[in-house]
Amino acid sequence: MTQGTTLLDPTSEKAGGMRRPIAPPPSLDRLTVGFLDISKPQGDIFLDRLETLFGERQIKVKRFAKLTSAKQASEEVIADIAENCDVVVEALAD
Amino acid sequence: MELPQDGLLLVLKEDCETCRMIAPLAAELEQRGLLKATHSQDNPAFPSGMAVIDDSGLETSFGLDIETVPTLIRCEGGAETGRVIGWHRGEWQNLTGVNDLGVDLPAERPGCGSLSVSPGMAEELQVSFGETGLNAREVDVDFPNDPIEQMFDRGWTDGLPVVPPSPTRVLRMLQGTSLAPDHVLGPIPPSGEICTVEKAAINAVMAGCRPEYFPVVLAALDAAMDPDFAWQGLMSTTMGAGVCVVVNGPVARRIGMNNQHGALGHGNRANATIARALQLLVINLGGALPGGTDRSTHGHPGKFGMAFAEDESDDAWQPLAQSRGIAPGKSAVTVFGFCGTSINNTETLRDADDLTLSLAMCLNSLYHPQHAGGGIAGMLVLSGEYWRIYREAGWDRDRIEQALLEHTQRAAAAVETGETSPGKGDNLVPKFGPGDLVLARTGSNAGLFSTIIHGWGSGPRGSQPVTREIVP
Repeated sequence: MTQGTTLLDPTSEKAGGMRRPIAPPPSLDRLTVGFLDISKPQGDIFLDRLETLFGERQIKVKRFAKLTSAKQASEEVIADIAENCDVVVEALAD
Repeated sequence: MELPQDGLLLVLKEDCETCRMIAPLAAELEQRGLLKATHSQDNPAFPSGMAVIDDSGLETSFGLDIETVPTLIRCEGGAETGRVIGWHRGEWQNLTGVNDLGVDLPAERPGCGSLSVSPGMAEELQVSFGETGLNAREVDVDFPNDPIEQMFDRGWTDGLPVVPPSPTRVLRMLQGTSLAPDHVLGPIPPSGEICTVEKAAINAVMAGCRPEYFPVVLAALDAAMDPDFAWQGLMSTTMGAGVCVVVNGPVARRIGMNNQHGALGHGNRANATIARALQLLVINLGGALPGGTDRSTHGHPGKFGMAFAEDESDDAWQPLAQSRGIAPGKSAVTVFGFCGTSINNTETLRDADDLTLSLAMCLNSLYHPQHAGGGIAGMLVLSGEYWRIYREAGWDRDRIEQALLEHTQRAAAAVETGETSPGKGDNLVPKFGPGDLVLARTGSNAGLFSTIIHGWGSGPRGSQPVTREIVP
């Protein structure tokens, strides 16, 4: 009989972890909502409108932006959001 | 590897004239009680009449690092204390202590290559009997399962069959670099999983690369990992970008890359597999699957990987790598993020100025004819006939580039209306930002057309071409 074959794994060999999204807060009262504009064209229109609506409800908003949609957000931006926001809205638009 | 406590050990093969010549001496040494072990690589019945150990599996030959047969080894206290390679009467007499050994034979005869060092065998034996230094998980595919189908089932392919990455093939690929298998190269997008030289070698095997391509693959990887290239964005964009690898310098000829007929297409192994290795890494380490983190709306055939060599046969043309700071005579890669190709066809034109206007019109169509103000990259790949028109007019790379940049400018008012003719006077808007128009030369000398490679978002906010010297 012919022998089998041994292959070397081309992947990272890590099983993709399943992470459950955190439960949405029951209310945004006294929470800070981070708005991350990923710098796609017209994403700001969506976030501006959302900020207006949140403002009418006295919800505190903090704005952030990536330098460019082509690259990841900087460590500083991610750390700033993690430290100062309770929830985040990430805007993707064209 | 256990050696005789005290005595001689001989490794030989029948398919060796010198081995057959000394066979009677081996029998004589065995009869005298001096030769304790005779290992035959190809025929356990050779030499006849002797107690021969079958080494057709070459474990002993590998363990003793035999490069030539016959090799006679003296052992004392279970350790090697001397060896003679081939037949040298005086050395054999010294090693055996038999002063009249082989007096009827020629004074010396070279041996033959050991089967343990025949081409491709070293890595097989290393896998079977040695330490490979490989750390990747081994996946066994039992007979009669087809390893190629198994790799499809595991999602390890780009949709085309891949070469099974056996440990032997991966070890051979690693012969293409001096870097250690566990050397860390960097993160692969989109997931950012870390790529080692070993993982790069595995995926290069799967792509169909030969070991001599591997330095080109590693240089292209290093270039693609440069933050300026924005590989993460390219691999996840809805525009469906791929990686184009332009190869310059002596390595291109050495590994047989195509820079003539069909250089941008199929038919040449190096052209077809070098960039494919990068794309397989993006799939297997980066986790990019269409509809997953690869968000391509359409994608394009170049996402399988596109690589070509520049035609550097004409000294009047400055190669791309040299225009980007690489010294003449050095080999280099340039990576360029791209979203497809198109053709400029001006078969009736013979004048450099007219040709430039024609090319500028096509270049202005990148993204959209009304798109201006930079932010888009393009590569113009000049064919032999287009280059001839420029060359005969006395134009060089710089002049062609400057003329194209000039003629792709348009009046701001014209941009609003979609008017595509070149602008004149003040208030001009460029099509390309600094460094966003790349010129290369490849393809055959027949055909009055050239290829335009459609880039992606460019500049510091997008993907910029990156060049790296290829280090052997």
